[in-house]
Amino acid sequence: MSIRERLSGNEAAATAMKQINPDVVAAFPITPSTEIPQYFSTFVANGAVDTEFVAVESEHSAMSACIGAEAAGSRAMTATSANGLSLMWEMIYIASSLRLPIVLSLVNRAVSGPLNIHNDHSDAMGVRDSGWIMLFSENNQEAYDNTLMAHRIAENEKVMLPLMVCQDGFITSHSIENIELVEDEKVKEFVGSYHPKHYLLNQDEPIAVGPLDVQSYLFEHKAQQAEAMKNAKQVILDVAKDFEKMTGRKYGLFEEYKMEDAEVAIVCMNSTAGTTKAVVNKLREQGKKVGLLKLRVFRPFPVDEIAEALSHLKVVAILDKADSLNAAGGALFEDVTSAMYVNNKHVPAVNYVYGIGGRDTREDEIEKVYNDLFEIVKTGEVKNPYRYLGLRKEAED
Amino acid sequence: MSNMIEIRWHGRGGQGAKTASLLLADAAFNTGKYIQGFPEYGPERMGAPITAYNRISDEPITIHSNIYYPDYVVVVDDTLLESVDVTAGLKEEGAILINTTKPAEVLRKELKGYKGDIYTLDARKISLETLGKYFPNTPMLAGIVKISKIMTDEELIEDMKGSFKHKFAKKPEVIEGNMKALEMALKEVKKI
Repeated sequence: MSIRERLSGNEAAATAMKQINPDVVAAFPITPSTEIPQYFSTFVANGAVDTEFVAVESEHSAMSACIGAEAAGSRAMTATSANGLSLMWEMIYIASSLRLPIVLSLVNRAVSGPLNIHNDHSDAMGVRDSGWIMLFSENNQEAYDNTLMAHRIAENEKVMLPLMVCQDGFITSHSIENIELVEDEKVKEFVGSYHPKHYLLNQDEPIAVGPLDVQSYLFEHKAQQAEAMKNAKQVILDVAKDFEKMTGRKYGLFEEYKMEDAEVAIVCMNSTAGTTKAVVNKLREQGKKVGLLKLRVFRPFPVDEIAEALSHLKVVAILDKADSLNAAGGALFEDVTSAMYVNNKHVPAVNYVYGIGGRDTREDEIEKVYNDLFEIVKTGEVKNPYRYLGLRKEAED
Repeated sequence: MSNMIEIRWHGRGGQGAKTASLLLADAAFNTGKYIQGFPEYGPERMGAPITAYNRISDEPITIHSNIYYPDYVVVVDDTLLESVDVTAGLKEEGAILINTTKPAEVLRKELKGYKGDIYTLDARKISLETLGKYFPNTPMLAGIVKISKIMTDEELIEDMKGSFKHKFAKKPEVIEGNMKALEMALKEVKKI
């Protein structure tokens, strides 16, 4: 029997970490993820976990300490947000290229500047090409569940890549909501222990980690990383199947909400998907055939599966909670439209950049997107594919 | 979700509006409900206006936005009536609860013709009598439970006994006062 609780998203992430009981947690506090290492350090102080907690002096050091710990052969975790991730950036790439399955809880926040501590996805989008597996979470439950599944995915022999679990800063990280927890013993059994094939502290196999990789090798190593990312897709699905057996909660690469007979749909990630579900329900009651595709696995990007899932639509809107400032679309829009083009699925698509810097996204705004899509169906014209949602009018003109 | 109740709290930083919203979420959770309790984080500091929210429902809640059309509004500090549009979007079949001693006609004027029910509670008096200090959030919590009928008085009292025991584990001397504040507020909240 699962445990009925009420926790904030940060409490949910910290609880998952407690149940996983990793060997090392190295972290530096930054809003809005601060509570995760804060709660975790109390678990350490109370003896609830036997983790070595390293209170480092910066996020660069946090990721470096995780890299050192994982290279030595242990399991390491950390948490951060926005500029904390920016400061880790150098080590983020090193973690993935050294094939160290570190697990990071990323509580999404706008990257400065100007300074803003609120939610958008600019931090995550900044590392989208760094070779980390990236899972997104609609609510506290998904942040918890994704964290419980993380090590099984990252540490799989065919994968061996670091993984970050994203959730929306404040919107879910600081909201108390119902959650179903898994019993400690079951988590322990599900996650299992970590036995890397090669590690620094193995006296029977002396190895070097991270030496110079010159012209004759780096290319091949990058191709191996890319292959590992491809392999991750099936591993993510396999782990989700086992997780469903344990909890009854089903996870895929994405969630299709009332998509089967939908004429128009929204694609988005994290908490906005929940608000969109409420709008879909309302519009469905009015007989409008609307749907939602909530992306869970952003890296690896499920190219073929997404193209197939959207192929029957008349129009699709892709919502980006980060502006790529490239005079074209946001990152998710580019990935989705590229996936469709490559798979020869021609569905008109529009991009909405929304929710920047914590701008609240309301139900009536989501409803407006669906109305815009029906207008495109009616007129057959997309006009401007690059749009804003929730931006004050004066800035648009 | 027609059975969902949405509540918006207006207070000033340091008065415990956020804590009250979390306590309400806790209490409703303990009666078997689905709940959300979340503050709107701004540049908080002592005395600045803050907003917190609750959603309470018999079914899972998926909406993750602020609340624009609340069923109930709680105003923890009546000086906010001058500067914040506290009845914005408030449903007419809903109600507003204000911590105040202002007379009815003054309140009606300050609420710009809000047509729904207006309730008041002198949380300052209750707090000073029971705790000897000004902590308005416990009386206001009792007031909103009474008005919204989220649970019975007995359920609230029983649940808060447990919550306070946990919350004030390091200062048990304030538990009795808080319980008294709760009981007084349940009796004293009145419609104008």
